[in-house]
Amino acid sequence: METAIKNNYLNSPRGILSWLTTLDHKRIGILYLASVMFSFLLGGIFALLIRIKLLVPGEFLMSAEAYNRVFTLHGAIMIFLFIIPSIPATLGNFALPMMIGARDVAFPRLNLASWYIYVAGAVFAVYSMVQGGADTGWTFYTPYSTMTTSSVISMTLGAFILGFSSIFTGLNFIVTIHKLRAPGLTWFKLPLFVWALYATAIIQILATPVLGITLLLLILERAFSIGVFNPAMGGDPVLYQHFFWFYSHPAVYIMILPAMGIVSELVSVFSHKKIFGYKAIAFSSFGIAFISFLVWGHHMFTSGQSDLASMIFSFLTFLVAIPSGIKVFNWLATLYKGSISFETPMLYGLSFLFLFTVGGLTGMFLGALATDVHLHDTYFIVAHFHYVMFGGTVMAFFGGLHYWWPKIWGKIYNKTWALVAWLFTFVGFNITFFTQFILGSRGMPRRYYSYPAKYEGLHEISTIGSIVLGVGMLIMAIYLIASLFRGRSAPANPWNALTLEWQTDSPPPTANFAATPVVTGGFYDYDKVSPNPKGDS
Amino acid sequence: MNDHSINHPGLAHHFSTPQQQKESAKLGLWIFLVTEVLLFGGLFVAYGVFRAWNPEMFYNAHRSLNVFLGALNTVILISSSVTMALAIRSIQLDDQPKTVRFLIATIILAAAFLVVKYFEYNHKIHLGQLPGKFYTFRGIEGTNPHLFFTIYFAMTGLHALHIIGGMSVLIWLTLKTSRGRFSAEYYTPVELAGLYWHFVDLVWIYLFPLLYLIG
Repeated sequence: METAIKNNYLNSPRGILSWLTTLDHKRIGILYLASVMFSFLLGGIFALLIRIKLLVPGEFLMSAEAYNRVFTLHGAIMIFLFIIPSIPATLGNFALPMMIGARDVAFPRLNLASWYIYVAGAVFAVYSMVQGGADTGWTFYTPYSTMTTSSVISMTLGAFILGFSSIFTGLNFIVTIHKLRAPGLTWFKLPLFVWALYATAIIQILATPVLGITLLLLILERAFSIGVFNPAMGGDPVLYQHFFWFYSHPAVYIMILPAMGIVSELVSVFSHKKIFGYKAIAFSSFGIAFISFLVWGHHMFTSGQSDLASMIFSFLTFLVAIPSGIKVFNWLATLYKGSISFETPMLYGLSFLFLFTVGGLTGMFLGALATDVHLHDTYFIVAHFHYVMFGGTVMAFFGGLHYWWPKIWGKIYNKTWALVAWLFTFVGFNITFFTQFILGSRGMPRRYYSYPAKYEGLHEISTIGSIVLGVGMLIMAIYLIASLFRGRSAPANPWNALTLEWQTDSPPPTANFAATPVVTGGFYDYDKVSPNPKGDS
Repeated sequence: MNDHSINHPGLAHHFSTPQQQKESAKLGLWIFLVTEVLLFGGLFVAYGVFRAWNPEMFYNAHRSLNVFLGALNTVILISSSVTMALAIRSIQLDDQPKTVRFLIATIILAAAFLVVKYFEYNHKIHLGQLPGKFYTFRGIEGTNPHLFFTIYFAMTGLHALHIIGGMSVLIWLTLKTSRGRFSAEYYTPVELAGLYWHFVDLVWIYLFPLLYLIG
């Protein structure tokens, strides 16, 4: 191992301007990482404010109007500014080109543009916040969103602009995967994270433009009363819901599919075992992407769509369980008889398996028509959503972050503190959100400012959990940032992984590889390599 | 990588061959066109919903549109597609002056389309045949006739924005071509602009019958 500081993408060229004008996918990944984490912090603060308010029923901490704005900001920021770009734009941008042995994504300028567009969208969201924020919930349902006095237009305009950033990332990834694979890297040798990003990109391409036109119509409706969503003028608010969920249901798979891709990598690497059912996992991503476009109506079971439509949507919703189940069982089969090492990334990977399964199965409760009438718009759905999105996507995001951290920065974080942070996160998360399943099944509606005294105990437990969770996040932020300054240097391949990004230096040189790699073996052939880690390959 | 590809005009560092770069660019543009289809798709769905609910009003309202001007614009746009295709053909044959002429012809036709559209819009604004609360016209029978004009202005307006966007790209291409940036060896941007331009025309081919020729 060399001790002299080599030229790598982090230190050459130097200067803030070289970062702001960079076309390097790795640097753009880091720009995204910084902005996305800032949004996560902001959304997290709003989440804690919500939970602290809900410690007691009635007036506390903030007014009911402020509370409406806070939960809207929490939702809108977490969805549009954090979780949608979280994995693809950060870890995907960083790792995808290297995983396929490419020097960059197909359109580096478009990639940088997508980050600037993201920033522009964020500016609108912040502007809306300064104006007092929207109070509609992150779904911006009409007719309320066209009537309220809060600043809906800047928030929706922000979401509209962010859509372009998401489309550009997806477009870039599809072309990159098609055209820039290294010699010898055939489709069925691709890492599963790449397959997952491909399926995600398809949804980004097909769903996001529909949200674009929807939000545009909403803005026109609000600014000029054009009538399309206004029942008094012959318009239809349910049409808005159809449009909105035609994007926003597939969008939850934009959020979860990349997470599933990360878990596929983690499970194989840290079980030191060949992934079980490679093709089944790859194809099930596309199965999920396909079905995702046919289930939006399950958000509208109680919105007045026809019974027949509801029944069809309910049936199609159950179909999602099949490809999701295929994935879960393949991961379990990979773990079976593997020699599992409980490194930090794997802790999050295993958390994903557990929490996503809970989140996925409770989704079945909500997809069942009769049960949904009881559970819809209660804390049950809040808990379900957070189990899938936080327990699923965010856990996998953390897993991926800890997995690629040594590659991104060339530094090793403190594993003991990482374990502590994981413990806080996992325990805090479950206390916060499992409680909400109970609250919801007992009838506590979501988005309410106050509640009957009988719910107070459960709300208190949930709030305590959220603080534990917040402490976990704080510890993680501290040791990760500390590792940049005080961490040991990372070897090229600390996990003994077989995918291409680990076969170059940590951190990688600007051109990614000294020479274009040629792929001969499989990326999951852990049965063919010695399980004894050597550190630097 | 051979010397030929290193010296090739317009080859970015992360591609191995001009062929690979061109295929990537084309695939990228096709995917972009897919997103455009879905963007307009939302409005087509809205059109379908509101027409299904108000079939008679749609029929009555569409008669206030000027079929002659709509047909004229259809001819103009189809002609612009021809000149665009000829521009691509010319650059493939390495004839830059001819390419510039055809690009300028395309831009002029696009401008002519917008001029016709301007007179149509102006007439509608004058009569108060406008979307939503701005609708003041009396004389169209049926439920909520303003909805027809909401759809009409949203669809043709979004389409006109695409025409303006396309014109900016064509102007940029004309300048680049006249400076000798493109040749038979490298003309990907011209070809991509052509794909986009044909798409914009195609949208109008759907808009014209759906809005002007109901019933």
